[in-house]
Amino acid sequence: MNIHEYQAKAVLRKYGVAVPAGSVAFSADEAVKVAEQFGGKAVVKAQIHAGGRGKAGGVKLAKSLDEVRQYATELLGKTLVTHQTGPEGKVVQRLLVETLSDIQKEYYIGVVIDRATGRVTMMASEEGGMEIEEVAAKSPEKIFRETIDPAIGLKSFQARKLAYAIHIPNELIKQAVAFMVGLYKVFVENDCSIAEINPLVVTKDGQVMALDAKLNFDSNALYRHADIVELRDLAEEDPREIEASKFDLSYIALHGNIGCMVNGAGLAMATMDTIKYYGGEPANFLDVGGGATEEKVTEAFKIILSDPGVKGILVNIFGGIMKCDVIANGVVAAAKQVGLTHPLVVRLEGTNVDMGKQILKDSGLAIVPADSLAEAAQKIVELVK
Amino acid sequence: MSILVNKNTRVITQGISGKTGLFHTKQAIEYGTNMVGGVTPGKGGTVIEGVPVFDTVEAAVRETGANASVIYVPPAGAAEAIIEAADAGIDLVICITEGIPVLDMVQVKRYLEGKKTRLIGPNCPGVITPDQCKIGIMPGYIHKPGRVGVVSRSGTLTYEAVYQLTTKGIGQSTAVGIGGDPVNGTNFLDVLKMFNEDPDTEAVIMIGEIGGTAEEEAAAYVKEHMKKPVAGFIAGRSAPPGKRMGHAGAIISGGKGTADEKVAAMEAAGIHVAPTPSEMGSTLFAMLEARGLLDKCRS
Repeated sequence: MNIHEYQAKAVLRKYGVAVPAGSVAFSADEAVKVAEQFGGKAVVKAQIHAGGRGKAGGVKLAKSLDEVRQYATELLGKTLVTHQTGPEGKVVQRLLVETLSDIQKEYYIGVVIDRATGRVTMMASEEGGMEIEEVAAKSPEKIFRETIDPAIGLKSFQARKLAYAIHIPNELIKQAVAFMVGLYKVFVENDCSIAEINPLVVTKDGQVMALDAKLNFDSNALYRHADIVELRDLAEEDPREIEASKFDLSYIALHGNIGCMVNGAGLAMATMDTIKYYGGEPANFLDVGGGATEEKVTEAFKIILSDPGVKGILVNIFGGIMKCDVIANGVVAAAKQVGLTHPLVVRLEGTNVDMGKQILKDSGLAIVPADSLAEAAQKIVELVK
Repeated sequence: MSILVNKNTRVITQGISGKTGLFHTKQAIEYGTNMVGGVTPGKGGTVIEGVPVFDTVEAAVRETGANASVIYVPPAGAAEAIIEAADAGIDLVICITEGIPVLDMVQVKRYLEGKKTRLIGPNCPGVITPDQCKIGIMPGYIHKPGRVGVVSRSGTLTYEAVYQLTTKGIGQSTAVGIGGDPVNGTNFLDVLKMFNEDPDTEAVIMIGEIGGTAEEEAAAYVKEHMKKPVAGFIAGRSAPPGKRMGHAGAIISGGKGTADEKVAAMEAAGIHVAPTPSEMGSTLFAMLEARGLLDKCRS
């Protein structure tokens, strides 16, 4: 789960991790009110769940309250298109208004779970403000890492090693260490999946603080963080993905015209791949899970069809524990219930597959059967042409 | 022969009284797995599906001599269930549970360091040695005993591969689902090493997906050490970056973990990668044929 920058900074502040003074604003009036505390000079930052806001014109430096009002009015309701939003962009509904920091130098600090070691890793770089992937590609020697033993946590000496490696000024090492130790605490106590401070800045008046902050959370662990769940901003999420999650369906919207319904995440991905391999474009990823019941299949159809781009549907089910005749009955009932008019290709495999195929055939619906995934993909790609 | 499990494996179910645990324990017994007991705190002394239930894993091990455990405990308690099994000295722990917090798994992995316990999973279908031992949620009937090893991050894609092999008359030595989570107990590399050492495995199918670098590490091993032909498949070529594709670990982040990188690493290591999942079986079939192993693997 993602949260906004202003929310992330509030979490950091709670742990004593330094951030600039600032507050959220939902209107131009609110923005001006916040900026008054800073004597009128402020930075106005669009709050959307995507990076690259600065380059897209979503971060403005205001030298007066009038400018704050002007920028706030401009940004609220504007659709920001960044390299992370996709071409459709995201509408700005919230702003963060912050005091201006007098920046001496920018750095990068990130905390992630390193899959190779199975441990939390803190990364630091002197190349602040740049995307870490870019730094990793261009000058990997400028990224320093400390792997953290979960039994003892991030120790000060590790943070010191990172701080010296990225050339934090000597007199500020202690502050940087406290910052890193605090950030690690935020990460583990809130079940973060990513904590990224880019840039971390050293100011001319000798402070170390997070100028930007990105926190992502492990959705598997949200059950034990009610306070974090409250920060969820549904306006930032795809409404179909929200609907799917209510029925325990794993759905991700894509941009093609062939809706997919599959059991199992790996097979669902492979189904999308196969559609693409034969020249089609999948409209979504959808995993109905192990028990493809009639109710779930019906909901899945509804969600797929709520995407106006969908011109045909491919159902690919490997009936393992669940038998194909049961699945076929579910698909037929669901297709009838939603009054399906689009082409529907169904590929079933597994126990009672012949019974399942017969049920599809006898349904009176124009269901196109297929024996293999490759055949199914070719058929649906042809049908939506 | 086989790897990890065989007819002598003595299995207990942790979470045996839950709906999933109960159902799959029954299925395992029907398949012929040597199920010797179960664990549910508070249900000790009862009998479920004909096997004795214990309050703790320690008691189950003491009374039944179990050396393997399968975990169907819900996500909030599953990490601790793994630790309890390791503490009780179980050799092989297979965790089926999906949705365990990643930081819990970081703790588990740390706890398992230096211990003899091998963990498979979590978020996996389990392990099966056909006609000997089925531990997990895979449908038993699609398997056939034989000489091809299967290792995969995805459940249904494993079934897909196994079924393609079986319908071509090619049996399996062991099929291992290592799971779709970012932090897990056993990786491709570990399983490939076991298949390489197993005298009764002639060839391997390895099924990966986007996210992480486990496939690349496995490919490096195959290139240097693997004596047996390996066919593969990678799911997620069409997946957009930054989106979790169902599995917690199936995500391209920071431009890393793409399908193209994995396919390239695998092909460079001599692994034949199937272009679509429908061709996993036929890709391996062609490799066996080219190396004169087909007759040995087909029955």
